[in-house]
Amino acid sequence: MKNNGHKPASPATQLPKCPTGIQGLDEITGGGLPRGRPTLVCGGAGCGKTLLAAEFLVRGAAQFGEPGVLMAFEETEKELKANVASLGFDLEGLVRRKKIVIDYVHIERSDAQESGEYDLEGLFVRLGHAIDSIGAKRVVLDTLEVLFASLPNEAILRSELRRLFRWLKDKGVTAVITAERGRESLTRHGLEEYVSDCVIVLDHRVNDQIATRHLRVVKYRGALHGTNEFPFLIGGEGISVLPITSLALNHKVSAGRIATGIHRLDAMLGGKGFFRGSSILITGTSGTGKTIIAANFAQAAARRGERVLFFSFEESPNQIIRNMHSIGLRLEPLVKRDLLRFHSARPSLYGLEMHLATMFREIATFKPHVVIIDPITSLMDSGTESEGKAMVTRLIDYLKAGQVTSLFTSLSQGAHQMQQNETGMSSLMDAWVLLQDFEGNGERNRVLYVLKARGMAHSNQIREFLISDHGIDLVDAYIGVSGVLTGSARVAQGDLEKAAVLASQQEAAQLKREVERKRKALDRQIGDLRSDYEGEALELRRIAEQVGTRTFVLGTERAASGLLRQADTKAAAITRVNHRNGKVS
Amino acid sequence: MKTKTAKQRAAAPPRRIAKLWQLRLYVMDTTAKSQTAFANLKKFCESHLKGRYHITVIDLLKQPQLAKGDQILAIPTVVRKLPKPVRTIIGNLSDTARVLVGLDLRAAD
Repeated sequence: MKNNGHKPASPATQLPKCPTGIQGLDEITGGGLPRGRPTLVCGGAGCGKTLLAAEFLVRGAAQFGEPGVLMAFEETEKELKANVASLGFDLEGLVRRKKIVIDYVHIERSDAQESGEYDLEGLFVRLGHAIDSIGAKRVVLDTLEVLFASLPNEAILRSELRRLFRWLKDKGVTAVITAERGRESLTRHGLEEYVSDCVIVLDHRVNDQIATRHLRVVKYRGALHGTNEFPFLIGGEGISVLPITSLALNHKVSAGRIATGIHRLDAMLGGKGFFRGSSILITGTSGTGKTIIAANFAQAAARRGERVLFFSFEESPNQIIRNMHSIGLRLEPLVKRDLLRFHSARPSLYGLEMHLATMFREIATFKPHVVIIDPITSLMDSGTESEGKAMVTRLIDYLKAGQVTSLFTSLSQGAHQMQQNETGMSSLMDAWVLLQDFEGNGERNRVLYVLKARGMAHSNQIREFLISDHGIDLVDAYIGVSGVLTGSARVAQGDLEKAAVLASQQEAAQLKREVERKRKALDRQIGDLRSDYEGEALELRRIAEQVGTRTFVLGTERAASGLLRQADTKAAAITRVNHRNGKVS
Repeated sequence: MKTKTAKQRAAAPPRRIAKLWQLRLYVMDTTAKSQTAFANLKKFCESHLKGRYHITVIDLLKQPQLAKGDQILAIPTVVRKLPKPVRTIIGNLSDTARVLVGLDLRAAD
């Protein structure tokens, strides 16, 4: 191992690395600690030095097949086992299976008198024996500085330490040496001058009464490494370092769409809703209905059979369920079917990092399709602004990597101007829906815009946002010469329009009736005229009949008189009379 | 000095002080310091504890597992196992006064 530096180093295989298995640390260091070399981990009390070292050993033995030796100067074997067991490490079992050797070095100054020259060969022997007994590849010395307190002759100690690190390198073991942080130097006793390959500084800082641990790789000879301070936390599964951002923006993207549960909002977003796996921001002042939109989104997703994780930082789950019930959203059955899961915590409960870690853990265990964070702002308030933004970035990265659709609500203070953190956050978001209050006419009305929706055609229009017993409804706001009308003004405007229509309808009906009446009058007149005509025609016939009868009578009389005169006219007269009678009757 | 488990026992039991002194000397075979230490220790015992001391020399190269028991870090180390309490001196014992204090030899007289 120690000769690796002489090899012609191709860029791909620079320095052999020893993976720690600690979440995030390998990412920062580009693969782990320098293999076969000592690494110094320093920090103040309670930073997690011992834990980091122990995790390095445990993971090495359990995951990478590299047995390890833990030489403890401060804690006994029993204490160490108990301490790390609380973090889920089975040190006991590893010791039993001869994967790890714990050697507790106990020295008290009062015990030893010093007389003449000596060296620390005893330490070397013990360490060497422990290493050889299990073929250890990893060594932890925790905390070597105790020696400074117990051995009075510092000159000997220093030269022996120098020799120790040399010896560790020759042994080819990857070593982690912990040390207390000094006031001016990295370590109290200047151990950093012996360990020149890799130095990691841990730090525990309190900001606004909330403590956060940080990790920084100060030095890593021969390798690229992240030089920033990275927050880390000690959780149920050991240490996890949280890199601010994942290394590259290379998430998979989905063209699938996810409906919002509000039909009109879907329509505003090209008819299909948001993109699956995108991040959505909903901002608005208090009482604009952010949580309601979020709950709608949650309900819609859960009803499709997707798992939804709802992080609430203001309300308890029961409160949300009750409140949403009042507007017709029934979340409880979904919770019972375990499609919807709530996670409520006060933002001030613990630091931002701890929140993030809990969220990561919840997400990892529940594997949701949709994550809702309500509201992100109160969470961000529990850290500094840059921390907050970094946290959101990490969260979004994490969610996007898992193709999880995320919806964040954000409470803005001012009515119209955007908050600084909103504009900062908005660049991370794929879609941004803005909720606003419109005040006027002695009332407050909610309106909704889609401010941005990356990669889809979306409506540029304002919609009025109504909350009623049966949920959310979006209606077109009235836009006229006098501007945008909402609420009762919109209703009044609608009424005016209706009245106008009604009036013209009535007018038309009136006209129709008039025409009808005229037609009827005309018909009546026609009828009159016809009856007149018929009367006259009857009269005419009667007259004609009379004339006929008279003529016949006259004829008969003539015939009679004729008969009296000449007989031959008799027959002619009879035929004439018959003919006439038939025709009249 | 070879790996020598030197057992120096008193020839006669004149027992002015009833106790037998049990001393352990931890050494590494090769170092000059260890040889000096053994010589020094023996000299002291001869002059102060003649006849009632027992030195066990432990070579950690041969028996590294024994280092853990007496919490040995420095080489050479002398551990006074008896009389109680256990006392430890590190170094090649060249500083006579300190050895006397360390082993509490004055009390033996």
